[in-house]
Amino acid sequence: MSRDRTPDSHDFPTRPYDLVKEFVIALIVVLVLSAGLAAIFSSPDTKAVTMSGWAKANPNDLAATAAGELAGTTTSAGYGAPYNTNGDGQKLGPLPLQKWAGVRLPVNSADLVLGPLSNASDIPAVTAALATWKTATPEQQTKWATAYTDALGKVDNDPAKVATGDYGPVPALSTGLVALAKTGGLEGELTSSGNFYGGDKTRSLLLLSDGAYLEDLARAQNLGGDQWGMMNEAGNSPGQPWMWLYTLWYQIEPFKSSDNADAQVWGIMMFLTLLLILLPFIPGLRSIPRWIPIHRLVWRNYYRRAKRA
Amino acid sequence: MTTRAGELSPDEKKDPKNWTNRLRGRLEGLVPPGQALPDRQPVYVASWIYVFGVLTLTSLVVVIASGCVLSLGGVEWWHVTSLGHYTNSVHLWSVELTFGFMVIHLWGKFWMAAWRGKRAMTWMSGVLLFAISIGTSFTGFLSQSNFDSQWIAGQAKDGLNSVGIGAFFNVLNPGQMLLYHVVILPLVVGLLTLIHIILVRRHGVVPPLDADLEG
Repeated sequence: MSRDRTPDSHDFPTRPYDLVKEFVIALIVVLVLSAGLAAIFSSPDTKAVTMSGWAKANPNDLAATAAGELAGTTTSAGYGAPYNTNGDGQKLGPLPLQKWAGVRLPVNSADLVLGPLSNASDIPAVTAALATWKTATPEQQTKWATAYTDALGKVDNDPAKVATGDYGPVPALSTGLVALAKTGGLEGELTSSGNFYGGDKTRSLLLLSDGAYLEDLARAQNLGGDQWGMMNEAGNSPGQPWMWLYTLWYQIEPFKSSDNADAQVWGIMMFLTLLLILLPFIPGLRSIPRWIPIHRLVWRNYYRRAKRA
Repeated sequence: MTTRAGELSPDEKKDPKNWTNRLRGRLEGLVPPGQALPDRQPVYVASWIYVFGVLTLTSLVVVIASGCVLSLGGVEWWHVTSLGHYTNSVHLWSVELTFGFMVIHLWGKFWMAAWRGKRAMTWMSGVLLFAISIGTSFTGFLSQSNFDSQWIAGQAKDGLNSVGIGAFFNVLNPGQMLLYHVVILPLVVGLLTLIHIILVRRHGVVPPLDADLEG
């Protein structure tokens, strides 16, 4: 490491400088800019998707998602940590960081359907279906639910077109959840968990994310992960442009098609952030400003005076 | 020497076992006498690039002030009143300005190799501040209680879960995210900003590359 010969800044000749005046003028400029930009461009506020809206706009998707939760075939059902042990989760190289963190937010995907129905549905067909489901063996439950999700998949998730088959109580449970959602009561059943206040939306957001409805709406607004969506917001708002580098990796191979893309991108970003923090100690990188003399522009007056002297 | 760091103040010399004396001595020694709010700067401090540091700071003031007004109305206020929505817009745009100014400030300091002359901690605290500011704004996007929050939360959970963070920092829990956004992270940003500014005032503005006092 070459010895740092930077002189003490306090030993240089000085000139008058009003820091407080600079601060006040900057504050006024920023206030005017913020107020002006807010008045001209406002801020996006697309209403949150409701379960009722989902059930009314795309009941087939909600019914298929419900059947998938019972069959254990949805994303959250096989997610692994922190929700369950049904998957290994992603790895960063050889490190299973996701698994190591453990199941700290336990979610049983079948309970996303059975829980609300048990608490809130008073439809006789649903009550009977719940009773049938509860008395069946786990193997039988999986067999019914898997057969029904497979059958739905063949007819674009339209329950009315499903071929006759041995689906047990699954169709009644699925349509029962759609009916409950239409009443507007599903969010409360999923988030309250017996608590009057219930501010944790983990279960309702997992159910919503398991369906195709939310993603379809997001993709229509160019918010998909492969559409640079992580730095965008709905509408024409600038969103989070400072996330461009994080988002970039998802657009290119090998990350674009990697099963461990999230862990790999996080690993890269943590490494780059660490590199930037430790830049003053990294030979080569810390010399770039010497090699590309942009500083000559910043201090051009000083260098000109020094040359004359 | 650029500072009095490590030196004992007269009070410390008088009674070095007195904790209050020692703390006062440390605080007084953080910045050289007269350098906390100096009315003069070295002659080389003459470029528009220097303005972006104070612009970042003042934008942060507007972010915090507009955030406090939003807090007065509560979580739902900005959805149901035009004043609330406008305040939210001011909050959003002041955040956009903060990041814009901060990035220019960061690049400016990079090309000036501003870590020279025992200023590595100043650089490091600045980069850390940038990274934590990204996290702070991110929790704000999660706390909007609208479609964007739902979608961002659903997407972000996979990234955070993949490295084990999501088990402790649950983006699907807006209550937790809101508290991070309005209490924990602003405190960290505020503290880091204070440390950054103290370090800037302690060491002074970095001199030009290859500056020679004799010259």
